[in-house]
Amino acid sequence: MLHEGHYDLTTGAGLLACPRCDALHVEEDLRAGETARCVRCRTVLARPHEGAFTQIVALSFTQVVLMVAAVFFPFLEISRMGIGNATSLFGVALAFSHGWLLPLTAAVVAFIVGLPVLRALLLIYVLAPMARGGRPAPRAASAFRMSEMLRPWSMAEIFVIGTAIALVKLGGLATVRMGPAFWAFCALILVGVASRVFTCSATIWDALEDGGARTDGREVVPAAPPQPADGPRG
Amino acid sequence: MRSPRRAHDAAAPDEVESAAPVMTAHRAGLVGCRSCGRAWPEGTKSCARCGAALRTPDRKGLQAVWAWMAAGIIFYIPANLLPMLRTESFAGLAGSAEATILGGVVQLIQHGSWGVAAIVFAASVVVPLGKFIAIAWLARVAGRPATHEAAHTRLRVYEVVEFIGRWSMIDVFVVAILSALVQLGFVATIHPGPAAVCFALSVAFTMLSAQSFDPRLIWRGLPLRDRRDRTTTG
Repeated sequence: MLHEGHYDLTTGAGLLACPRCDALHVEEDLRAGETARCVRCRTVLARPHEGAFTQIVALSFTQVVLMVAAVFFPFLEISRMGIGNATSLFGVALAFSHGWLLPLTAAVVAFIVGLPVLRALLLIYVLAPMARGGRPAPRAASAFRMSEMLRPWSMAEIFVIGTAIALVKLGGLATVRMGPAFWAFCALILVGVASRVFTCSATIWDALEDGGARTDGREVVPAAPPQPADGPRG
Repeated sequence: MRSPRRAHDAAAPDEVESAAPVMTAHRAGLVGCRSCGRAWPEGTKSCARCGAALRTPDRKGLQAVWAWMAAGIIFYIPANLLPMLRTESFAGLAGSAEATILGGVVQLIQHGSWGVAAIVFAASVVVPLGKFIAIAWLARVAGRPATHEAAHTRLRVYEVVEFIGRWSMIDVFVVAILSALVQLGFVATIHPGPAAVCFALSVAFTMLSAQSFDPRLIWRGLPLRDRRDRTTTG
């Protein structure tokens, strides 16, 4: 175990490297509301929030509920000259299900429904035990890393803007009515933004580490080159 | 050896700009985890905290950038030449039209929707082309010596590319929504065209290309520990 502010340049203990520019920083515990930025490239390294874990769990749960609503309620309805058509979110995804466009269906389902839900569930799995002050769940570190890795591929908010553009394109041609699923999806985006504001990955990694997920004691590191006796440890 | 510096909001940006070379994980013989920020001795294979594979920033990683980008460009060509949408009105009597990406933009301009035309043009032409150019430039200059200002510019370009990349997917979603919704039998039907798949693949490959670029390369000339580096670290 290390005291705050102690570090060891041979093993890297107590040090953080900026993921953007590799500058080394001494790890320190921040109070809620403080922000740590990289000294060189000003990338935000950590920005903890008060009670963030509970909030993220609550917001992720909300996201799952809203997504269920968005999937099962009617999404958009169109009518022109007495002929109408309604579609659900799955109808949209299945638009590509003809012929060799089929694989795109799977991708669209994943982008707008699957990955947002998966990310929310992973965050709940990682943070719910720790929000109650318990030990992290097994394999929580892998779950959180997966959730971070999938972040750019979960495209719910892009889909909403796409809907807006489609509505404008249809504006002159037909009457369009938005169903409950459309509004659920809009709410989903707002909840997602709120959840992102509270998420500070550095804090979550620290909490996972302090909870002893699989990482307490840096002895687990295979010492690469033979090294002299380790530096002073607290 | 210089000691690593502390990250704190208090550090004024101008003080940072004028600072002598910053201690980086690589100069210290460490390798930083890009997923969670932990520093490990060089040669460590994977991060014991988060499980991510550890990679030293070197130009080898750029091969993946170029490969993904080539795939992205290859699929971008048919995405522009093939039709994105096939529209049939009055059972094909009033004409059935196939619209490519550019054709769709022209149609929108003819309808007078300049704003939407601009958004679609930006999302499906300007952004993809700009991304190809920006990533190619970043990969070309990566590792070459740069001044502080140049490095900051490169990082900003990288952040913009990383942020904006996924938004190109908007066009695919618009096609999906339109073809799911506009199924008005006799009056009008819209079917997706093969360009949708090509465009989606192009966007996905370009995203992968941007993700495989290691921004840590921006900050130093390679080979990483040449004579110049040694003299500056003392």
